[in-house]
Amino acid sequence: MSSEISNITSEPPNTDAVTVGSLNINDTELTLGLPGESRKLVAKRRFSVITDLKLGGNHRSDSIITKNSPSKEQLVGWPPVRSYRKNMTKSDCKYVKVAVDGAPYLRKVGLELYSGYQQLMCAFEDLFSCLAIKNVSNEMKLMDPVNGTEYVPTYEDKDGDWMLVGDVPWKMFVESCKRIRLMKNSEAINGSGMHNSQIFETTF
Amino acid sequence: MDPTPSSLPEDFLKRTFSLLTSDTDHNSVSLVCKHWYTAERLTRRHVSIRNCYSVSPEILTARFPAIRSVTLKGKPRFSDFNLVPDDWGADVQPWLNAFATAYPCLEEVRLKRMVVSDESLEFLALNFDEFKCLSLLSCEGFSTLGLEAIATYCKNLTELDIQENGIDDLGGDWLSYFPENLTSLEVLNFSTLTSEVSFDALESLVSRCKSLRVLKVNRKVNLEQLKRLLVLAPQLTELGMGSFMEELVSSSVNGLEEAFSKCGNLVTLSGFWDATLLHLPAVYPVCGNLTFLNLSYANIGPDELEQILARSKRLVRLWVVDTVGDKGLEAVGSHCPLLEELRVFPVDPFDQKLGVTDSGLVAVSKGCPKLHYILYFCQRMTNAAVITVAENCPNFTHFRLCIMNPREPDYLTNEPMDEAFGAIVKTCTKLQRLSVSGLLTDLAFEYIGKYAKNLETLSVAFAGSSNLGMEYVMRGCPKLKRVEIRDCPFGDSALLSGLTQYESMRSLWMSDCNVTMDGCKKLAEEMSRLNVEVIKDEGDDDQVASKVYVYQTVAGPRKDAPPFVVTL
Repeated sequence: MSSEISNITSEPPNTDAVTVGSLNINDTELTLGLPGESRKLVAKRRFSVITDLKLGGNHRSDSIITKNSPSKEQLVGWPPVRSYRKNMTKSDCKYVKVAVDGAPYLRKVGLELYSGYQQLMCAFEDLFSCLAIKNVSNEMKLMDPVNGTEYVPTYEDKDGDWMLVGDVPWKMFVESCKRIRLMKNSEAINGSGMHNSQIFETTF
Repeated sequence: MDPTPSSLPEDFLKRTFSLLTSDTDHNSVSLVCKHWYTAERLTRRHVSIRNCYSVSPEILTARFPAIRSVTLKGKPRFSDFNLVPDDWGADVQPWLNAFATAYPCLEEVRLKRMVVSDESLEFLALNFDEFKCLSLLSCEGFSTLGLEAIATYCKNLTELDIQENGIDDLGGDWLSYFPENLTSLEVLNFSTLTSEVSFDALESLVSRCKSLRVLKVNRKVNLEQLKRLLVLAPQLTELGMGSFMEELVSSSVNGLEEAFSKCGNLVTLSGFWDATLLHLPAVYPVCGNLTFLNLSYANIGPDELEQILARSKRLVRLWVVDTVGDKGLEAVGSHCPLLEELRVFPVDPFDQKLGVTDSGLVAVSKGCPKLHYILYFCQRMTNAAVITVAENCPNFTHFRLCIMNPREPDYLTNEPMDEAFGAIVKTCTKLQRLSVSGLLTDLAFEYIGKYAKNLETLSVAFAGSSNLGMEYVMRGCPKLKRVEIRDCPFGDSALLSGLTQYESMRSLWMSDCNVTMDGCKKLAEEMSRLNVEVIKDEGDDDQVASKVYVYQTVAGPRKDAPPFVVTL
């Protein structure tokens, strides 16, 4: 297990105890940290909650996000921030987080660095060194050769829906992709993995 | 007979004047008498033209035959915020044409808000053999092709500084055009170019330019590459880093940290794109020496900021993004007793997230008594806070407060922000530059006119109740040089109240106020050495003067004015 940790934002811990059967969900909470460090509890990611994660920044849990009044945006040149600066504070390359079912850490890919799905699959191979591309007709899948588990790349689009990677033209995908999840094939087939809260298997 | 100024020998005068470094001194000296004027004009090496239409290339080259260095500024500052239409002017080519004949030994050209084409850059590169220094700030009209020409032909280049321009970035090969035998580079800043440059070419350039002291790379240079550059150039005094966004391998951070530990001369650090707490330890070895830290492209939070500041006790200038919050500013107040300048930029100007508030500003003022320059973007402010700030820091020379909601009152008392700015102008007698915001009545301007006797630059938006507001300022502030006003209820009588001032001012900008064409015509009639220009917007009715730009000039009306600019 590598000791790399990429940008992790912590959401406020879920204080309501939830039990499933005899298991307190909190006991199976994913904890993150380098081996040996004290763990921080991370709330389960709910697919129904869309938080726009600011790339490279700290998530301000005490901030109040409200809709802007439309009239403010219509004022030309106000507030007086140079357009250069406005453009530069956004991420230059569209980076999205990639989660793999069963892995306790996330990675990031810069979608604009690639020119197509094939390159993206190769990037997944590089990032998750235990996976290899499995070419089955036109489907894009990755496989863990050790245990034969198949992973299907899925992504969350602008509307909040989870889609299979590869259906739309590449540029459209880059435009609409908000984050990627390499889903274990059994869940993808059942469809069950896409709408429930996730319980990651810890491998520590 | 006692020697008088006019009896001193010309050679003596020329030698003496050539030792003067400041433009102001040169200007003063030239006014003493005709003899001094003549001696001075022959020795002036550097000229700074803050409004390119205030003088013509012909007049300039006729008066000063020996110029080696020119600074030229073009468009009004509000063009940075899209208030000036495209094709307004400020083309550098007519100047270069004149310089090619008059100043073949020209060494330095620094341009701000000028239009510069690739052809102009090529012309510059080919016509001036001694050319050393090119600085382009907030310019537009060129692409990386123009940079290729500079790299190819300027054999003595010491400085290439490209900042915040509207540039067509066609790709990064331009850097490869520097010839192998070019070793003179001292300053290289391409931090604001968006495309990747050839790293091999960059590495080779850094390696062979042993006098390189300023290197600011762009976002496409990664940590590993940065490390290699640092190893080659530990002598750097200013560094702009590339992107931190990549997988973190602890060994690469360590390698970078080690490279930084050899850079004993670094005093300025910028870049930091996508930096997170995990990367920052790499720069800790140099924090202790830093005097200028530019974190304005790093969306970091208060904890990251504190980690750096705790190690950067010598900071004099700090630029941050409002993601650091009030908590981050408290850290500034605690760790930076030597701080003189603070700029806080908004991460997202349209987002209603709180960012920084009045309490952050007060915290900084408490801990940083030497503070004299502030630029502060916030969503809300109180009079009480600014009054406290003025008490804590009476030495402000530049106070630029931008409350981002137009006409926003004191959020606690719901009153106008008049008393806030009143306190600033009353207490800070050295104030040179002021930007006001929030809900303001004419009272604020009465204070400004009454107390801000050293004020040179004033920026006003969405403020004031009547003509009186502007009249107070124009009548009360004797040292005004540049006034820019937008969306205020100031009309013709306010415009005309500045009659006696405009000739000693650099410029006045008024947009979306209540000025009419008649008012502008009247101004133009009264003052012959002013250009009174109206920029007509489509759909403006005939009487409305929605954008007015008034400036002193010895060059007469513009000859290159586009059809939508009407000189009265």
